[in-house]
Amino acid sequence: MMEDSMGKASSLKKIFGMGKGQRILVIVTFMFLPLLLLFVFTYLPFLKMFQFSFYDMKYIGKREWVGLQNYIDVFTRDDCFKALKLCFYYMAGAIVQLVIALYFATVLSFKVKGGAFFKGAMFFPSLICGIAVGFIFKFFYTRGFVLDTVLSWLGFAKESLPYWLKDTSINNFSLAATSVWKYMGQNMVLFIGAIMSVDKELYEAAMIDGANAWNKFRYIILPSIKSIVVLNLILSITGSISAFEPPYVITNGTNGTGTYFVIMDRIAHQNQKVGLASAMAIVLLGILILCTIAQKVILNVMFNDKTESYSRKALKKMRKEERLKRKEAREAARA
Amino acid sequence: MTGMSMAEKIKRAVITVLKYFTLLLGAFIAVLPVAVCLFSAFKSKNEYETTNVMTLPQNWLYFDNFITAWKKADMLTAFKNTFIVMVLVLFGSVMIGSMLAYVLSRFAFKGNSLIRNLFLFATMIPGVATQVTVYQIMHALGLINKLGGYIILMMGTDVIAIYIFLQFFESLPVSLDESAIIDGCTYFGVFFKILFPLLKPAIITVMILKGVGVYNEYYMANLYLQSKNLVVVSTSLYIFTGPYGNQYNYICAGVIITLLPALIIFIACQKQIYSGLTMGAVKG
Repeated sequence: MMEDSMGKASSLKKIFGMGKGQRILVIVTFMFLPLLLLFVFTYLPFLKMFQFSFYDMKYIGKREWVGLQNYIDVFTRDDCFKALKLCFYYMAGAIVQLVIALYFATVLSFKVKGGAFFKGAMFFPSLICGIAVGFIFKFFYTRGFVLDTVLSWLGFAKESLPYWLKDTSINNFSLAATSVWKYMGQNMVLFIGAIMSVDKELYEAAMIDGANAWNKFRYIILPSIKSIVVLNLILSITGSISAFEPPYVITNGTNGTGTYFVIMDRIAHQNQKVGLASAMAIVLLGILILCTIAQKVILNVMFNDKTESYSRKALKKMRKEERLKRKEAREAARA
Repeated sequence: MTGMSMAEKIKRAVITVLKYFTLLLGAFIAVLPVAVCLFSAFKSKNEYETTNVMTLPQNWLYFDNFITAWKKADMLTAFKNTFIVMVLVLFGSVMIGSMLAYVLSRFAFKGNSLIRNLFLFATMIPGVATQVTVYQIMHALGLINKLGGYIILMMGTDVIAIYIFLQFFESLPVSLDESAIIDGCTYFGVFFKILFPLLKPAIITVMILKGVGVYNEYYMANLYLQSKNLVVVSTSLYIFTGPYGNQYNYICAGVIITLLPALIIFIACQKQIYSGLTMGAVKG
């Protein structure tokens, strides 16, 4: 085995002329496929989208150059840009979700009877397929079904309850709530991970000092997981802007629940107005990129850019090591 | 804790009660929507129509709905297709991700950070947005309504795996590579014989995250796998939106069937799922 690989190595070295050629070969072969896939399924669509946004076209057939008309439509049609206002429902939901997740994470990070069960029960919804979630909540919100029954136990008159998915004054809250239901546990698990990585001695010291639960949370837990909380808070903003799943699987965007992406999906794949849908996608991507830049700035100000420079630092270190290696090799060759 | 006053003791007891009350409430809300679905799945048509959705089924061994749902939604085909997709996508993602991460973490060539940034930027683009034109590309490549096309697409749109591998490689000492090279290993040998076996924890993490993703992915599957024999588990439930619109005893049975594998895997590998999630989230 050993001899075999040594034999191969030396013959390879002969073929590729001592390492350098082999280095190029390994870089090219290992990167070819990932880069090809990245180009074909991410950047090419991106470029095409930009191109299509200036045409009136379907997937098949003739296309017609319309200049900026699609962009004008995005901002003037009643169903496009205005759909973005629905993101505020999901943003509110996301904030509620983070607060609840933070609470349960704090509770479950310390010894609790049945802790594993509670953690598992609250996390499991995030593993359920979106379509199944759709059916589960259509059922849950149907007149006289689950939610209505529970509320009638609590003393609400059934007749006074709204139609959770039809009534336009409440249905977006209903949908945002399903998103909280599904993803709260995921946030909770992340926060538990962060809290667990805090030095245990800090809690013990606090206990000895007689700190109560709130103080422990306020002065030890919160500061040490601040970065991950802020990161999740910021991510929830872009997440809300691109909210898609709850309306797509539960109401299919009917009764005023069509978020921007649901509308875009309908325009692209049902109405086949590819140009308009592309323009919508480009506009939203622009907004998302602006948000991300703002996030980076905020994070940099708050945390001194500790998160992002990780890979850059590693790269620098690597370059230095390689330079050193080459120098050593040269010296060895000379000697 | 001996010198506690009465008031202090009462305060602590109240906090404990509140703590468990909120935990129970949280678990109740999390479980309730799924539990009622389970109830209805065990009710006969007549029973379903005459009882409240919150009442327990009379017979917990009434499996007719499951059998009907299994047949109507062609779950056998669905599970078979999902299995094929799962195996190939996991294999592909692990190979592609680990090889790319190896090159990016071990070789300082021109364009290294550019490529890292290209992948990082790709995470910002929501998948739904690009599908408008990915559909056209898939059409041009003749990959619509082909299981292979969907598999390639699922492999190509994954960036999380690359980050997990990248992080892991950066924690493996370079001296490992060096000593192997001194022993006469090629770079390929270093990767396949020395480093790849050490990647096991990262591979497990990637497989869990990706596995959950593949099992639950419905949007692209619905778009690109439209013929009947290409149904996967996540899209098999779509059949119930049409003529079965409100026959919830069947629908609920279907939901429970699709949910069961996820539940079993979750119970079996809770620890890995939690840690995988935490690892996947700190991709920075």
